[in-house]
Amino acid sequence: MTIPLPTLLVLGGTSDIGMAIADSFAQQGWTIILAVRDLASGRRNSADLEIRRQVPVRAVAFDIIDRERHRAFLDELGELPDAVVCVVGLLGEQVRAQVDAEHASLIMRTNYEMPAIFLGLVGERMRARKSGLIVGVSSVAGERGRRSNYVYGSAKAGFTAFLSGLRAALRDDGVRVVTVKPGFVATQMTAGLALPKPVTAQPEEVARAVQRVARGGPTVIYVRPVWRLIMIIIRLLPEPIFSRMKS
Amino acid sequence: MILSGWGNYPRLNTRFSTPDSPAAATAFVRKLAADQSCTIGRGAGRAYGDAAIGSDLTTSSFRLSRMIDFDESTGLLNAEAGVRLHQIIDTFLPRGFFPPVVPGTSFVTLGGMAAANVHGKNHHKHGGIASFIDSLTLVGADGQPIVCSRTENQVQFWATLGGMGLTGLITSVRLQLRRVQTDHVVQRTIVAPCLDAVLAALATYKDSTYSVAWIDGTATGASLGRSLLFLGEHATMEDIPQTLRQQPFGWRPGRGRALPVDLPEIVLNPLTIKAFNAMYFAKGVRAPESAILPWKPYFFPLDAIDGWNRLYGRRGFLQHQFVVPKAAGRDALGEVLERVAARASASFLAVLKLMGPDDCGWMSFPLEGYTLALDFPVSEANLSLLDELDACVVRYGGRLYLAKDARQSRRTLEAGYPALDAFRSLRRDLGADRAFSSALSSRLEL
Repeated sequence: MTIPLPTLLVLGGTSDIGMAIADSFAQQGWTIILAVRDLASGRRNSADLEIRRQVPVRAVAFDIIDRERHRAFLDELGELPDAVVCVVGLLGEQVRAQVDAEHASLIMRTNYEMPAIFLGLVGERMRARKSGLIVGVSSVAGERGRRSNYVYGSAKAGFTAFLSGLRAALRDDGVRVVTVKPGFVATQMTAGLALPKPVTAQPEEVARAVQRVARGGPTVIYVRPVWRLIMIIIRLLPEPIFSRMKS
Repeated sequence: MILSGWGNYPRLNTRFSTPDSPAAATAFVRKLAADQSCTIGRGAGRAYGDAAIGSDLTTSSFRLSRMIDFDESTGLLNAEAGVRLHQIIDTFLPRGFFPPVVPGTSFVTLGGMAAANVHGKNHHKHGGIASFIDSLTLVGADGQPIVCSRTENQVQFWATLGGMGLTGLITSVRLQLRRVQTDHVVQRTIVAPCLDAVLAALATYKDSTYSVAWIDGTATGASLGRSLLFLGEHATMEDIPQTLRQQPFGWRPGRGRALPVDLPEIVLNPLTIKAFNAMYFAKGVRAPESAILPWKPYFFPLDAIDGWNRLYGRRGFLQHQFVVPKAAGRDALGEVLERVAARASASFLAVLKLMGPDDCGWMSFPLEGYTLALDFPVSEANLSLLDELDACVVRYGGRLYLAKDARQSRRTLEAGYPALDAFRSLRRDLGADRAFSSALSSRLEL
């Protein structure tokens, strides 16, 4: 009899961080499901992973914004995955979001409402099964609203808080919930931004960090340790000073 | 942004674009055509000179990094153009496959290897990478992707292999991998005290799969051309020690080193270069004749030092690699080495190889004969020395490798590449002359 390999579901399987996480789990022999909006891009990634890592990988079409589909999507997967990683996110444009309510709403729904509702659903099913791992990739932008990205930041703040509560709710049922706040990462989303190199992680570093805490250890992680320090300082700044900061 | 090749010379300004996928790259070329703008593909930036710097815009294959399919039974790999050689080795060597041809670094991309028709230590036996490319996808000036192979779009196929990206953007390559039994190589070292001796040794051992000679470019007089000839064969199960047979693909590289800064130019001067070469030769003479090496130190010794090009300082360096027909070999090599020595200039690295018949690519470099590669720091004196060497190469019916070139003249190019006129008119016919342009193609009016 063969022991079935654990399965990982990645929401946002065409993102750089999602692909890096999928790759690191595939290297450990996990079966991978990439949930993607654009199936052609998803299949491009699944073929690549399958060739390189020789594990079963499949891409499935899924748009987290489509709430009606959440339950059916999980049902259609068959077995509930052993781990679910959510790297869905939309940076959007802050200035546009200030005048365009539709855009602001899309940023909020993509970064908070829909991932939270979906992971909540996953959490309930994992609770029934008495095991599972949920990893939510949130952001340091959620720790304090900055003028340059507070629509995105506020949504991530909500997501971080949701994950924190979910973790508490599921801890006695054998379900582990991890929050990742990666700081700057060199990805498609940040391409073109001038990011300071010493505090900017590569997607593979995020994947390694997730891998490290998959089975135990801290449940809230920054990828580069320096970010813990940066965020302590940012949280400690008095509001009158913080609100004068240009970025 | 400012871009340069591996030699850090020249450094040129170009716009830069990194499409996300082959589909995005295709759409990008189509849009360029509509805008009457032009570009050139760039892989890992390991061409030494100005081949992968766009005269206006450079399109990077960095994100075309996915493998598309692999047939374990035949060893045929189809992958996007930005996939790097070391990724292919990491993925397939544990399964018993090795790339059929490898250049001196594993950091190159598939697309770059096809565009330059790279050769390796086995050219005399197996030919260049072109011989193992089954097909490739090319996005031409009209922005339409076409599959080119020996049976389909043959003209574009042969013009693209060695065509330095000037026929279109290569988005994927289908490559035949070679089966090997282990991840080690059996190396034999032959000491050759002079040029005649090394040429004789190259002939004697022409059936060896891999062969390459390191020449002491600083030796003169009776020792002119003294060399160490390194022969290699993929090790079989019988070749490797009992302890390795449990895991014939179990070797893992250690951590490499990096050269974090540009060294001051004074570090590499004729004296230090002479001392290094003498030491290296002496070490080779003392070394055992036969040794078993893992693949990496055998094929890619310089890859262990990240950023070794900084050895030459900020001004950069020039690599001069030429090939001369076999019959002219002895005279041409002797003259070049003497000229280098006479100018009191010194090449830190000099590498000699036997080449087999050419690979049919229109602008492919290989030619049946000998190829010699020399490195020089950039200076006025060395630039004029290289002009002198070019004249000598042309006189003997040879030519220069475009993947290494940063400075040859149009006349040198025209003398060496008989298919050049056909290549130029093909570019015009395909509209590629307006859509694909690099600093190299502008300089040489390719």
